[in-house]
Amino acid sequence: MTAILSVRGLEKSFGSVVAARNINVAVPYLQTVGIIGANGSGKTTFVNMITGHLRPSKGSIWFEDRDITGRPSREISRLGIARSFQVPQIFNSLSVLDNICTATAIARTGGRLMRQALTPFYSPATRTEGEAALRLFRIANYHDARAAALPQGVRKLLDIAMAAAGQPRVLLLDEPTSGISIEEKFGLMDVVMSALRDRRITVLFIEHDMDIVGRYADRVLAFHDGAVIADGAPAATLTNPRIQQLISGPKLKAATADCDHA
Amino acid sequence: MLTAFAILTDGLIYAAYLFVVAVGLTLIFGVMRILNVTHGSFYAFGAYGAAVAVGTYFERGLPAAGGFLLMVLVAMAIGLVLGLIIERGLLRRVYGKDEVVVVLVTYAAFLILEDVIQLVWGTNSYALYQPLAVAGSLPVGELVLSNYDIGLVAFSVLLAGAVSFVLQHTRWGRLLTVVIFDREVAAAFGINVSLFYTVTFIIGAMLGALGGAIMAPKISVTLGIGVEVIVLAFAVVVIGGMGSVGGAFVGALIVGEVRSTAVHFLPQLELFVIYVVMAAVLIFRPQGLFTRTQPRKI
Amino acid sequence: MKSRSRIIGALVFFGAAALTPALPAWIVSLAIVALANALVVLGLIILWRAGLVPFGQALFYAIGAYAVALITRYTGLRDALLLLIAAAILSGVAAFVTGFLLARYREIFFAMLSLAMSMILYGVLVKTGTLGSTDGFHVEPPTYLGYTPQSGMRLVLLFWLVLVCCALAALLISLYVRSVAGALAVPVRDSEIRLEFLGVSVNRLIHLNLVIAGTLSGIGGALAAFAIEHVDPNMAYWTTSGGFVFVTIFAGAGFVAAAFVGSLLFELLRSIAYDILPGTWQIFLGSALLLTILFLPEGVGSLFQRVRRLPRPTSERDFITGPS
Repeated sequence: MTAILSVRGLEKSFGSVVAARNINVAVPYLQTVGIIGANGSGKTTFVNMITGHLRPSKGSIWFEDRDITGRPSREISRLGIARSFQVPQIFNSLSVLDNICTATAIARTGGRLMRQALTPFYSPATRTEGEAALRLFRIANYHDARAAALPQGVRKLLDIAMAAAGQPRVLLLDEPTSGISIEEKFGLMDVVMSALRDRRITVLFIEHDMDIVGRYADRVLAFHDGAVIADGAPAATLTNPRIQQLISGPKLKAATADCDHA
Repeated sequence: MLTAFAILTDGLIYAAYLFVVAVGLTLIFGVMRILNVTHGSFYAFGAYGAAVAVGTYFERGLPAAGGFLLMVLVAMAIGLVLGLIIERGLLRRVYGKDEVVVVLVTYAAFLILEDVIQLVWGTNSYALYQPLAVAGSLPVGELVLSNYDIGLVAFSVLLAGAVSFVLQHTRWGRLLTVVIFDREVAAAFGINVSLFYTVTFIIGAMLGALGGAIMAPKISVTLGIGVEVIVLAFAVVVIGGMGSVGGAFVGALIVGEVRSTAVHFLPQLELFVIYVVMAAVLIFRPQGLFTRTQPRKI
Repeated sequence: MKSRSRIIGALVFFGAAALTPALPAWIVSLAIVALANALVVLGLIILWRAGLVPFGQALFYAIGAYAVALITRYTGLRDALLLLIAAAILSGVAAFVTGFLLARYREIFFAMLSLAMSMILYGVLVKTGTLGSTDGFHVEPPTYLGYTPQSGMRLVLLFWLVLVCCALAALLISLYVRSVAGALAVPVRDSEIRLEFLGVSVNRLIHLNLVIAGTLSGIGGALAAFAIEHVDPNMAYWTTSGGFVFVTIFAGAGFVAAAFVGSLLFELLRSIAYDILPGTWQIFLGSALLLTILFLPEGVGSLFQRVRRLPRPTSERDFITGPS
């Protein structure tokens, strides 16, 4: 197995609108990929095709040497590709612990309805795993808090923690730091990336904040008008004049120096 | 040929009164997203009110035209009073709650009003025969059509036209359409959404009561008429599309003609067939035949 | 059920069973009807937890009742147990089949489709002579394992049957609600997307809940048929469905026992209202529902929770597992 995730000749059109054209990407195991691009550039379409939300018009998607093109998202989730959402999809009526335990309970029962009907929800194993996940993502002190009342950063972390609960091998993060204040962004990403690395999960993330991309990505995929216009190391890609013109904007050296939070 | 004509006219007449009842319901749903079960009470009150008031009027031997006018006025008065009480007194307190909870609130109000009807008018049934008798009949080929029925159909068409006109060509109607589409945006633009709600509800109530009033001469006005009509009105509104006036028109026509056809050929299917159509629409085009809004469906 | 609830439940069960022969007939009758309805309510609670309120549950209630009536009339079979099983199977299958459609809808559309389906059955029942049309028909009282009770014991035996059914239902549903599938109802309400992306088929889960609710309603209908000794199309009418939803809101979706306590309380209130305020009992009940919605949105059942624990529970967990 060379690449954990690869797409070949991937295309998507909605009638005459081409949302994705001829995308060819192979992601090696544990390579962190940052996906950038203006709104409407095709990055969300790309992610949606990988997660099975959209069916590609042409091309194929391979996960661990298995063709997953066109499979429904539920199946793809069970196979090991998970995602988090720009607006965190968490269960507002439940406590944080119940949220994560829901995810771990589902993971333990492997998505089989009958098995789920016969397995008690509150098993010690479910709880232990849930609490471990909360600790890993540094939100264990929010344990009993009701999800509806959480600050945005914790909501994001919970969403990601739940996505990671099923032991996925690939996790797609959709704008993990959107809506997070500048002071907290790096802290959040530090926690997320170290937790996911700890779990040996390959990460692809969509981001608009180039400093985040520069800091956490091993590789950058730049989308424009449905196509990948740049694919390489962050340093090179983000300083590429064409990328700066179309997507990232010029980098101000003084500002970035100040942004280095530990 | 005769049968086809009979079916057509029967269906049209049935559709006409269904439209008057349903259009208020669909307006209320469109604007306030409330499936108003109390509408059945508005209908019943309208019927009773008309039966008693108009009946007394005709008994006094007063001119017929006034009798018809009185029918409309009584309905509007009833709609105004009941509508105000329900909207201001009750619905105000539950805006923002779950859609289904609000429906249950209107159902509770409906139950209460059912008993109020009994308290006010007792368990007797009322017959209002004068409008039919006064209007006379019109022989058409081998059929004899009641002028009242013809008037009813004409009235519905006019009403449909009037409502559409108001919605599309008056300032108030346009604003209402905005509120239907997105109440938050409407409020952000300074539209007094709360006032719109009250006015819409009252108008809806008036239309519901009017539906009852105009039906009074054709039925035996007795306990339980609200119960039967509300579920029919739901069917019409669902078929046409919730919140669409054109939909209420089309829905009423469909229900009217389908029922009429069933009655003439296979009477056992009369009730069954209306709800089959309702279910079919929900299954194949849940937003109704006339609306563009997407239903909450996975 | 946690152990304390289990003990209380057992006490109530055996206490009620023992007392039955001593109680006046009207109380036993009332309790039978209330408990039969409670089974329907239990099914509605399951669905309400997932955010779904059907307006046509009477469909399955009527199927259960008519199943009993028709089998008794046309095959002469009168054994209560067999009839119950038949009713449960028929209503369960009906729920399974209709579930393929219903599970794809939510909120108002779900409620309306459910309503339409129940009214279709109503339309069929009303117009079909062999099914008794509007008058319905009489149901012979059941026999119990070959034994045909005399009039005095009839009520007692039926009540014991109803008690057993309710106890079993309470036990099984409590277990279900604590299972993964049962507990997932609340997350369904909050974020179906998250569940789908965790690999759960929400539609299938809802389908399962629909089958459970439909079966419970069918059993309730069968027991009601035994109790009233009559079936008629009104059992499928929208007002019957409305009544069940009514009691569900009244009882609250808090915990399993709420279905039974709420239903009994409601039936009691209804009888009292009918007796002392004959012309205005609907005003009374309508007001009760309104007051419940406005001031006790989690139903009368939530009163029990508040009494035992203040401050308010922070987590739905308490609603999943009930008071300990």
